[in-house]
Amino acid sequence: MSQDLTALLARGLVDTLYMVGVSSAISFLLGLPLGVILSITAPDGILANRPLYSALSLLVNIGRSIPFIILMVAIIPVTRFLIGTSIGTDAAIVPLSASAIPFVGRVVESALREIDDGIIEAALSMGATPFEIIRKVLLPEALPAIISGLTLTVINLIGYSAMAGAIGGGGLGDIAIRYGYQRFMPDVMLATVIALVLMVQLFQFAGDRLSGMTRHDKKN
Amino acid sequence: MIRLDGVSKVYRVSDPGETAKKDLHALKSVSLEIENGSIYGIIGRSGAGKSTLIRCVNLLERPSSGRVFIGGVEMTALDDAKLRAARRKIGMIFQSFNLLANRTVSGNIAFPLELDRWTKREITDRVREIARLVGIEDKLGQYPSQLSGGQKQRVGIARALANRPDVLLSDEATSALDPQTTKSVLGLLRDINEKLGLTVVLITHEMEVIKEICDSVAVLDAGEVVEEGPVLKVFTTPVKGVTKELLAQVMKTQLPDSFAGLKFTHERGSRQADILLQVSFFGDVTASPIISGLVRNFDADVNILVAHIDHIRATPCGTLVIQLSGPDREDALEYLLDMNLKVEVIGYVARSDGTAR
Repeated sequence: MSQDLTALLARGLVDTLYMVGVSSAISFLLGLPLGVILSITAPDGILANRPLYSALSLLVNIGRSIPFIILMVAIIPVTRFLIGTSIGTDAAIVPLSASAIPFVGRVVESALREIDDGIIEAALSMGATPFEIIRKVLLPEALPAIISGLTLTVINLIGYSAMAGAIGGGGLGDIAIRYGYQRFMPDVMLATVIALVLMVQLFQFAGDRLSGMTRHDKKN
Repeated sequence: MIRLDGVSKVYRVSDPGETAKKDLHALKSVSLEIENGSIYGIIGRSGAGKSTLIRCVNLLERPSSGRVFIGGVEMTALDDAKLRAARRKIGMIFQSFNLLANRTVSGNIAFPLELDRWTKREITDRVREIARLVGIEDKLGQYPSQLSGGQKQRVGIARALANRPDVLLSDEATSALDPQTTKSVLGLLRDINEKLGLTVVLITHEMEVIKEICDSVAVLDAGEVVEEGPVLKVFTTPVKGVTKELLAQVMKTQLPDSFAGLKFTHERGSRQADILLQVSFFGDVTASPIISGLVRNFDADVNILVAHIDHIRATPCGTLVIQLSGPDREDALEYLLDMNLKVEVIGYVARSDGTAR
């Protein structure tokens, strides 16, 4: 593999990490409160609110049912408005985040719902406010499950970021298609695939470790 | 004093198969008074409304109607913030412990103190003090999953007591524990009640628990208090069927199997019929030699079918089921009735063996 190609792959790797990193951060930041609101406004939640829950739930379902490749094209006007262009790594972050936020929301919601009602009841009996219950009971108790869910999100985003390459988003996926597929360079294809596999392995391993370290509900 | 004044709770439930919702009356106008510093037990079968009732005390369940007072404060009239403040002075322990799995023992005990804005230093001191009181001072750094059931409940008790509550609510706290652990946890509750003078309200389906530690008891059946009073009184003079049924768990007065096939009537019947009676005695009389006195004074025979001596807290109480025969059996019965005993004629049994005794 020539020097040029190595530089190209390195560049692609950096682009992919950048896209995945920023969109992960944005989706965690917005998806986490979304998930918390979904779980506490659910019919059996501590601040049950059926209209709000139904509205958010519908929004999340719509977001999750649009295939990524279509979402990417459909929100081009939004991307243009936010970034100024619809092409490039920065532009790819918008659809990536948009697709991951509802996913994170559901992941967090289901992690919080796993918590035994008895624990919430105990906190209520001690005079905890809803905010204290979220901060001191729900989030810490669900932390291992939330970390597992976020790991899943990062790995999904790695996959989606390869698709973003198809509309000029850059990154490893872009290189795989333009060089590996369109210019018949199987060694480039192989190299990108190996890089992606390694990246997924690494994130999964780190996520599992972190989740395990925060989990104390099993005998060890 | 805790006072419940006509507390009712109605749930709207949808019946499977039916479209219309209907009302489920979990509590029907329950009124109770619980004295400060006492251990008050509420017993009933499952579905009687016990857990709804205890949750009405700290308003985890809001009564549909009626009022709840604790120490003169009407709980049912408080707004959310004041209710939360009041709850910090009411500890609660649970059948399933409900500890935070991702906090250590000391973190769990600290939890109510954090809610009450104690400083770190105060919390550390208090956690150590209360852990010593319940006997888990060597477990502070462990997580709940590393503890046994009894230890978990001790952590639950420590957590409930940390903020120096006036009242401790116990929701079937020993139902998930084995008999020996149950005994030690109940002993701890009684210790705490005596040492700290706090009022304990507990619900249970086990008469054993009531017998072991309660001062007063209310029997709940289908959402209603059917019997209420000091434990000794309710145990010795149970009126309602449900109470007697629950008592049968601890007062082993079942007749021997050989009597099951016997025909016995409540009529006096033939002159030869033996008298079958149940004698219950409490307190000091337990020590006096009743039966030998009876045999010495009358021409009567006593056949002891069931004998059982037990303690309700510190008071000894015994139950005898005896068969009286012989010419003087009626006089012997009078003698027993004159003693400070509770005598209940179960019935008359025709003598099965036909031999004179």
